[in-house]
Amino acid sequence: MANLVEIRNVSKVYERGKQKVEVLHHIELDIAQGDFLALMGPSGSGKTTLLNLIGGLDSPTDGSLSVGGTRIDNLGQGALAKWRASNVGFIFQFYNLLPMLSAQKNVELPLLLTRLNAAQRKKNAGVALQLVGLADRVSHKPTELSGGQQQRVAIARAIVSDPTLLVCDEPTGDLDRQSAEDVLGLLQTLNKSHGKTIVMVTHDPKAAEYARHTLHLDKGTLVEQVAHA
Amino acid sequence: MKYLHLIWAALFRRKTRTILTLVSIVAAFLLFGLLDAVRISFAEAGKSANGAERLQVGARLSFIQPLPQGLGAQIAQVPGVRDVAHANWFGGAYQDPHNQIFTFAVSPNYFDVYPEVEVDPEQRKAFDANLNGILVGEVIMKKYGWKIGDKLPLQSQIFPNKEGSKNWNFDIMGVMKSKDNKAFQSQMIVLHWKNFDETTPYNHGSVGWYIVRVNDVNDSDRVARAIDAISANSDHETKTMTEQAATANWIKQLADIGLIVTSIMGAVFFTLVLLTGNTMMQAVRERTSELAVLKTIGFSNGSVLAMVLAESVLLLVLGGVIGLGLVSLISMALPALSGGMITHTSVGAKSWSLGLALAIAIGVVIGALPAMRAMRLNIVDALAGR
Repeated sequence: MANLVEIRNVSKVYERGKQKVEVLHHIELDIAQGDFLALMGPSGSGKTTLLNLIGGLDSPTDGSLSVGGTRIDNLGQGALAKWRASNVGFIFQFYNLLPMLSAQKNVELPLLLTRLNAAQRKKNAGVALQLVGLADRVSHKPTELSGGQQQRVAIARAIVSDPTLLVCDEPTGDLDRQSAEDVLGLLQTLNKSHGKTIVMVTHDPKAAEYARHTLHLDKGTLVEQVAHA
Repeated sequence: MKYLHLIWAALFRRKTRTILTLVSIVAAFLLFGLLDAVRISFAEAGKSANGAERLQVGARLSFIQPLPQGLGAQIAQVPGVRDVAHANWFGGAYQDPHNQIFTFAVSPNYFDVYPEVEVDPEQRKAFDANLNGILVGEVIMKKYGWKIGDKLPLQSQIFPNKEGSKNWNFDIMGVMKSKDNKAFQSQMIVLHWKNFDETTPYNHGSVGWYIVRVNDVNDSDRVARAIDAISANSDHETKTMTEQAATANWIKQLADIGLIVTSIMGAVFFTLVLLTGNTMMQAVRERTSELAVLKTIGFSNGSVLAMVLAESVLLLVLGGVIGLGLVSLISMALPALSGGMITHTSVGAKSWSLGLALAIAIGVVIGALPAMRAMRLNIVDALAGR
């Protein structure tokens, strides 16, 4: 299968005051279209930094990074924002929903950046919420939903604009086991049935088992790759 | 427009804080509207279609210096002069020195130069026939609940009567009206100049000022110069100006209303900028992670900047509209509440435009800093809580 993500000799250095901290060292990585990849490693190993680079939230210090044939390491902030809007869906550990908006309005947010009218946005958000099993919670505010339900709203928001790539940063880190399994099952369905390419950072080996592959990072370097059955 | 619900929701994210801020904005714009009504009332005093063709002739040295009664006949001879009337300041207070009512002693032809003032012919006839009679403005009449035929005690600030007392007694003979009470006579009292002149030992054949109606408004400058030329190099040199300029001049001698209003409003809006600016900064700081999420999903730096700016402008415009709307309601009662001093009875288009322009400008000023902060937000740092 063709590669969706191609990372070549990528390094990332952060400047903290006068100190320079090299978080990623010469990373070489390909992620195939339709893959479900788990990134694991101890705290400070660089997995979230790598995820941020793949999602276009940050730019590498060195090397090149292509997603879907687009060199995103060369893009300016404005172009990168546009690229993210149409190519990537984000799922965070703490859901990051806007508390003053209903579930439906939260899901509609990425669609505000499209040319869809209000009725079409509402319809698409409804479909996405139905897909994550929350059709009956459209008008609920985040505070009126459980953690698992909030994360499912976040997943609906991530997929509503039909991106090819989903990046998930500890999506089950704040959930109980049952809710975590529901969310991971949902991600697996999105990967297998809807062809979404998923890159997920996790500390949890059980969560990683839902992925097709697991990559281990340590001190900014890829150290091991495990394929799951 | 499609971001409006997002801006509105962000604005009312913390309802109590937003409502309290809104109340302070409403209060500031309420004060602005009321003070603007005062300023316009004073600025428009003397302005009317008829006022344009009226000139006031007063002493050049000071408006309290009297002019000789004989000057009136000379003024009437000036080409272009249609009518000449005269008046004296009486300065009446009713019951309490604080209840000041503008009261003038006027010549019999006073109403010839003020055609906009309406007096019922029967009442006018009764007034002319009674030397102790007075005509009362409709607004004052209603305010104090007086009736025609009532005996009215008035205290002059300056002039004693024959017995040496400043307490005068008059008979109310009629009411002075004008369309929408626009004429200042609707808020004053007039008495016979003859009665005034014969009763007070302080006045013997002198008048306070002359009111001249000209045939042609465009000829006013020439007529004014000709009138002033009559008394040139005498002990009663005159200064002739339009009624509007004379009224403005008189008000300026009382106080610079425009400067006072501008100073108060400057202080109020400066405080508002600090107060609301601080609230906006706090509101944006609390939403750092939410703004980072918006940027993560593809909102550009410009969009985030515009949304925060729009939020602060919306807050100010909302407060401004409510404040000015309240002034519109209150201003209906202003003439009565102010004892007729404030005649401006509605918030005009100019006040609305100025108020809204101020609201937008203050909104932009207070929103600029938090909006810039939101725009420059680094997504990775903000999501990591740094």
